[in-house]
Amino acid sequence: MSPEIAWLIVRATGQTLQMVAVAAIIGSLIGIPLGVFLATSQKGELFAAPVANKVLGAIVNATRSTPFIILVVAIIPFTRLVAGTSIGTTAAIVPLTIATIPFVARLVEASIREVDPGLIETARAMGATPMQIVWKVLLAEARPGITLALTLTVVSLIGYSAMVGAVGGGGLGDLGIRYGYQRFMPDVMLAVVVVLIVLVQLIQSIGDGLARRFDKRQRSR
Amino acid sequence: MQCPSDRALRRWKMEMLNTVQTSSPPAEAASAEGAEPDIVRLEGVAKVFPATKKSAAVTALSSIDLAAPRGSITAIIGRSGAGKSTLIRLVNGLERPSSGKVLVDGQDIAQLPEDRLRTIRRSIGMIFQHFNLLSSRTVFDNVALPLEIAGMPKKDIAARVTPLLDLVGLADKRDRYPAELSGGQKQRVGIARALATRPKLLLSDEATSALDPETTHSVLALLKRINHELGLTILLITHEMEVVKSIADNVAVIDGGKIVERGSTFDIFTHPQHPTTKVLLSGVPGMQLPGYAQAHLTQERKPGSQVVLRIVFSGPHATDPVLSRLTGELGVDLNILGGAVDEIAGKPFGTLFVSFPADDARLERVRSILGGLNLTTEVLGYVA
Repeated sequence: MSPEIAWLIVRATGQTLQMVAVAAIIGSLIGIPLGVFLATSQKGELFAAPVANKVLGAIVNATRSTPFIILVVAIIPFTRLVAGTSIGTTAAIVPLTIATIPFVARLVEASIREVDPGLIETARAMGATPMQIVWKVLLAEARPGITLALTLTVVSLIGYSAMVGAVGGGGLGDLGIRYGYQRFMPDVMLAVVVVLIVLVQLIQSIGDGLARRFDKRQRSR
Repeated sequence: MQCPSDRALRRWKMEMLNTVQTSSPPAEAASAEGAEPDIVRLEGVAKVFPATKKSAAVTALSSIDLAAPRGSITAIIGRSGAGKSTLIRLVNGLERPSSGKVLVDGQDIAQLPEDRLRTIRRSIGMIFQHFNLLSSRTVFDNVALPLEIAGMPKKDIAARVTPLLDLVGLADKRDRYPAELSGGQKQRVGIARALATRPKLLLSDEATSALDPETTHSVLALLKRINHELGLTILLITHEMEVVKSIADNVAVIDGGKIVERGSTFDIFTHPQHPTTKVLLSGVPGMQLPGYAQAHLTQERKPGSQVVLRIVFSGPHATDPVLSRLTGELGVDLNILGGAVDEIAGKPFGTLFVSFPADDARLERVRSILGGLNLTTEVLGYVA
């Protein structure tokens, strides 16, 4: 493999990491609060707002059911508004983030709903405010689940990021298609796949390890 | 089972007294002295859960009048579904009544807005059947939680939590997680947590129902000590008469959302009136004629049959050797069918089921001798 090709792989790995990292961070910053809201806003719950819950839930479902490649092209005007351009790595971050938000929200919602309702009642009996309940009870108790949810999100994002070559986003997936497939360079394709496998393994191991450390529910010593 | 150390309790008590004296404004201190004799009073309380798409409206509680005198242990007993959980949740405002007054330290909390209610809840501790400890927090941090919620500075929290862990005998477990503790230890953490804000009232929601008998006993002993030595009022709900018997001063029996009987624990145990109370009491050893005798009991008197008498021992003569006197004075051979001698609310109390040859004159003598000692007798029937 020539040094030029090796450099292409390094650059593409950098682009993938950049897109995934930024989309994961912004997506989580919006997705986690959204997930908490979805988990606590049905009738009779902490932040009861059934109408807002239904509307947001419908938007989340709509975004989740749109195929990612269609989402990428469908929101090009919005991407241009936010990123100033509709092509390139920076532009690709916009649809990736938009797709991440509902994904994170649903996973976080599921983790929060796993928390024993008795704990919410206990905190209420102590005189906790709803925000205190979210911080000190719900997020604290759901932390192992949320950690796994974010791990899954990052892994999925690596997969999604392969598709943003369609708008010149670059990254490993794009490299694999353009060089490995279209230019018949199987060694490039193999290298791309190996790098992706290593990345995913690494992220999953870190996520599993963190989740285990946060989980104090079953400890045998 | 670790026992709370006396020193820890004494230190805790002194600190509590100090807070009352130094940090309470005079008006509050005066009310704590007992201007309001009942720390909790429910007047004509009803709770109706409105109809939903799936079910009709449910009346959980109706016309409830109840009082928990300051410094007492008051028990509410009932079968599951009787409404006791709803009732105890009214007292800290987790449920709001449909009508009636819920007075906590003289203040009607039924209509208070949520933010005022939160402040009041910080002065009411609560313990739960399933302990409800946060699995992600250590023992220390679980006890610290209500203090964090109340906004206490971090440096003061340790000074408050450490003596509490001593009090419940868990000082060596401070950095363990709930998953590493036994049920009894978890409930001790729950108790320490409930005491952290130095509440004026402790609510206990079936706190021993998930524990084995031995652990139940030790947790109840701890509650009794806390009540006795800190003067903390306890309001508890339970379905177990054993719990009532061992710690409660007063008891209210709830059935179908209504209080059907109430009084001092001793009176309820010695002279139950309502059928529900009698059923609940039937599980307590010695309260009921044993099955083998019950099976042969008839109300019809045949020649040669024996009369079955229930004797309730209470009051000053409860521990007198009454039976041997009867045998001696009357020459009656008493046949003991069943019974128990126990302590209820700190007073000796016993029930005995005896039989002897049925003969009116003899029965009258027996009843008059026992009556003279203030022991209650009741003819249950006859056995062949």
